[in-house]
Amino acid sequence: MTAPLLSVRHLSTEFRTERGTVRAVDDVSFDLAAGETLAIVGESGSGKSVTAMSLLRLIPSPPGRISSGEVVFDGQDLLKLTDEQIRAIRGDRIAMIFQEPMSSLNPSLTVGLQIAEPINLHRRTPWARAMDMAADLLARVRLPDAKSRVKAYPHQFSGGMRQRAMIAMALACQPQLIIADEPTTALDVTVQAQILALLKEVTRAANSALILITHDLGVVARYADRVCVMYGGRVVESAPARDIYRDPRHPYTIGLMASVPRLDQAAGSRLVPIEGSPPNLAKLPPGCAFAPRCRHATDLCRRERPALVATVPDHLTACHHHDQLSPAAATS
Amino acid sequence: MTSSAPPPPPADTVLEVRDLKVHFPVMAGAVVRRQVGSVKAVDGVSFDVRRGETLGLVGESGCGKSTTGLAILKMLDITSGTVRFEGEDISGYDRARMRPIRRRLQMVYQDPFGSLNPRMKVSQIVGEPLEVHGMAGDRAAYEARVASLLDMVGLLPDMADRYPHEFSGGQRQRIGIARALALEPSLIVCDEPVSALDVSIQAQVVNLFQELQERLGLTYIFIAHDLAVVRHISHRIAVMYLGRIVEIASRHDLYAEPLHPYTQALLAAIPIPDPEVEATRPQQIITGEVPSAMRPPPGCRFHTRCPQAMEACRSIEPPMVRRGDRVVACHLYGEN
Repeated sequence: MTAPLLSVRHLSTEFRTERGTVRAVDDVSFDLAAGETLAIVGESGSGKSVTAMSLLRLIPSPPGRISSGEVVFDGQDLLKLTDEQIRAIRGDRIAMIFQEPMSSLNPSLTVGLQIAEPINLHRRTPWARAMDMAADLLARVRLPDAKSRVKAYPHQFSGGMRQRAMIAMALACQPQLIIADEPTTALDVTVQAQILALLKEVTRAANSALILITHDLGVVARYADRVCVMYGGRVVESAPARDIYRDPRHPYTIGLMASVPRLDQAAGSRLVPIEGSPPNLAKLPPGCAFAPRCRHATDLCRRERPALVATVPDHLTACHHHDQLSPAAATS
Repeated sequence: MTSSAPPPPPADTVLEVRDLKVHFPVMAGAVVRRQVGSVKAVDGVSFDVRRGETLGLVGESGCGKSTTGLAILKMLDITSGTVRFEGEDISGYDRARMRPIRRRLQMVYQDPFGSLNPRMKVSQIVGEPLEVHGMAGDRAAYEARVASLLDMVGLLPDMADRYPHEFSGGQRQRIGIARALALEPSLIVCDEPVSALDVSIQAQVVNLFQELQERLGLTYIFIAHDLAVVRHISHRIAVMYLGRIVEIASRHDLYAEPLHPYTQALLAAIPIPDPEVEATRPQQIITGEVPSAMRPPPGCRFHTRCPQAMEACRSIEPPMVRRGDRVVACHLYGEN
């Protein structure tokens, strides 16, 4: 087996708050191969966005701090690079797309200039040439009238057009990895489908790997090759997408699947919710973070944190009782 | 007038909305303010809501679903059209005349953080409508009523003395529901009531809405952009686009046989949480975005994005046509 493009090992990120130190990302590990799409799924406070930000060292410090771990990208530990070295990688070999394009675009610069900037910065391409490339990129993300729109400002774009511009910017230097943090949450559903299909298409064409941070199990099912489910700052389950939907092993994953209504199923039946609320990261229990909401929890779960282990090859679960659980048993 | 009104409603109709329009003026000029146009947020909407049912209102931003909800409660001025609630035409009512109506017509809001007064205890938030309407009674009766309302929404009696910030999002939404239930309303307009909640919490609140409906015989208008959630909770669904209803269908028909091309596009855009289903599903993604409600396209408002648009669609607004128990506004389905 060839080495993965990205290998995250035991990554932990902490924030100092008034109520003490909060570990938002706790011992997270996963691998990503070139050209693969990995979805990191979780609810608010699960640590999915902080994980994404940690990979590129975009955690504001203070109060944040990456406290341990390795982020090995193409053989290089990103956490050991100097600030200058990591800046050279951001926007060049690894690009990031955020949820709210308006807050990541500079309102006082034209869209074309902002797309051309990384090309000029990282590739030392002269401005005139970089601006031509920006127009080509806008055409590639199928922005109508791309040629004239390079001179437009972000406020002249709709939400969908801004997100297309963000994708164009991300593609500018042909990155090996794109990290997209809830890239379509702020958009209408029909536009959401357009943007995600576009993102998948352009990353496939460039053979870039994609990390998609989302809370939407439907989006994961449509676009991801692999899935990491996060809860309380930890990865609780990690597997190829088909396996995780066909045979979810962690009670949280099983519960999440049962709690979302599906368009293709008869309506009117009751959903099976997960009782309780997502955990407060400042007051995590000593054992499994999901134990207070889990109907299978035992004293062992409340006391000891379960390790993430392979239950079947290529399917990791962090649950003391994974061997006794099947979806049928969990929903009965 | 291109929208032909549906036939008279059946006897068990709680709410009857006919040709409702809500237009907002657009003003310009720093010194002399003048109206330069109007946003036709709701532009000729007709539907009925039957007792004990949930009618879902679904659509993308700017379709007018929330404005429709607010107009029904008379929280916005109605430009034209009628709203008949339990047989009474309330479209022209002012605040004072709406007050007795409000008892039976309540609202649950999207934001469980912004809609509760942070300085009030839960008991005051839930009990306030009783006091406003002079239904509080003596101390003991009031406290008993608040306790029973909290119990109804799955909160504990000792939570009455706490403040909103001490609660999670899902619990706050339960408080909002308890408040809406205080006056024993017959119809509750729910505006995106689960959109701000985490996925695992959404199911709890959706189930609560369904349980309360069964126990209390409530009627709901459930407004949301998430078609999967709307379809799950609603008996019938009205799909809106740019200020108009394009289709009304039962939850079964809507998915099994969507008629309007916009409904079809909306369904196709929503991924199903199952990779094996997704792998075989045709991916028909429509292009473009919703046009401005200030200058809606002529003819059918969806024609600029419709894969099946014909010549007539560009100029003639399609009327609402009845097909069995469903309604659709599209030139593909002529009157017959």
